[in-house]
Amino acid sequence: MINKIVQTMADAMAGIKDGSVVLLGGFGAVGQPNALIDGLIEQGAKDLTVACNNAGVGHVGLARLMELGRVRKIICSFPRSSDPVVFETLYRAGKIELEIVPQGTLAERMRAAGAGVPAFFTATGVGTKMAVGKEHREIDGRTYILEPALKGDVGLVEAWEADRWGNLTYKQAGRNFNPIVAMASALTIVQSQHIRELGEINPDHVVTPGIFVDRVLHVPYGDPSGF
Amino acid sequence: MSESAATAFKPFSRQQMAQRAAADIPEGWYVNLGIGIPTLIADYVPMDREVIFHSENGVLGMGPAPEKDKIEPWLINAGKQYVTLRAGGSFCHHADSFAMIRGGHLDLCVLGAFQVADNGDIANWATSENDTAPAVGGAMDLAAGAKRLWVLMEHTTKDGTPKLVTRCTYPLTAPAAVKRVYTNLATIDVTERGFVVLGMAPGLSFEDLQARTEAKLHLPA
Repeated sequence: MINKIVQTMADAMAGIKDGSVVLLGGFGAVGQPNALIDGLIEQGAKDLTVACNNAGVGHVGLARLMELGRVRKIICSFPRSSDPVVFETLYRAGKIELEIVPQGTLAERMRAAGAGVPAFFTATGVGTKMAVGKEHREIDGRTYILEPALKGDVGLVEAWEADRWGNLTYKQAGRNFNPIVAMASALTIVQSQHIRELGEINPDHVVTPGIFVDRVLHVPYGDPSGF
Repeated sequence: MSESAATAFKPFSRQQMAQRAAADIPEGWYVNLGIGIPTLIADYVPMDREVIFHSENGVLGMGPAPEKDKIEPWLINAGKQYVTLRAGGSFCHHADSFAMIRGGHLDLCVLGAFQVADNGDIANWATSENDTAPAVGGAMDLAAGAKRLWVLMEHTTKDGTPKLVTRCTYPLTAPAAVKRVYTNLATIDVTERGFVVLGMAPGLSFEDLQARTEAKLHLPA
């Protein structure tokens, strides 16, 4: 019997290695797998590269992981937030590397990784400093730049519902990066607000099919707050 | 700039700027509004004119802000403000949301800007080549991907420096992308001739407007 549901945070985090590339779902606080990020803090892996849209708020979650010196590099589109103090302090001190990526390119780089596409051409960033050093190609009269897929060793995802095969649904704008993080990561770990019996989730409503998911932990925390 | 030549005129308020842009959006368009003044445009499109607003974080068919006691904590826009969903609205993941943008499916995007050049170049994400921690978000995707890009911004900086220029000095968001600019002083199209003035704030003369603009302005042919 396939059962991807794990009972403890330690089981969810087992085997995450130093130096891993970690992809995070979430946009602001919505759909952000906060419990799993806390689990990663507890687990201890270091020298991490973290890819997600934002670079943490206050001193909790991702910001805490960075503050503990466990993140070598962050790949994101928007390192600002209502309180980006940890990232900005580390960045000014030269203690964290930043790769800034247009938001759509970030999303597409994850999707491409999940779909076995090693790189793709896009018009986004052409003629800007994002294009410096990148391969350019003219296709049908328009110039594009080559962007590489972004594969995760580990993906942390927040879902609304999950079953033991790892089928997932999401709630409203909580979907955001989560399905593509699940696709793009070699080890996809999910925190889910609800655990359903197999067959209970309407197959037409499954957003992430279980093939993209490795572990599911039940975390019924309620509603997101704080950006 | 010569203040002595200026006659009395009344600049458009931010609400009026948004109102003017809203009046030019026809029913049926799919539209993304950038953070800041462009967000106000949605307030001036009447609900019976079906314009569908898109937000980068996977929301299509976004409605106005909720009443305080009706906030849905899972429903935010790209500016991380609480919003509502209209009947017919839908959610998608980030790659699909940006496929709408990058695949040329949006009829219009309206952004704020630091500078717009008369060849349509836009600079709206960083104010120096060595910005300490630059944040681009979805601006480059929107500028390169939407069918049309309009800009809503003040005509000059607070100290009077023109923002409509011959060449952007700030890092570009996208080259040759802007089609129209709504400012507190004028509505200006970006054409092959450069900036063409479609309308001006009441009491403002063409010469006064030119004095506040670095790039050459043209009257409609």
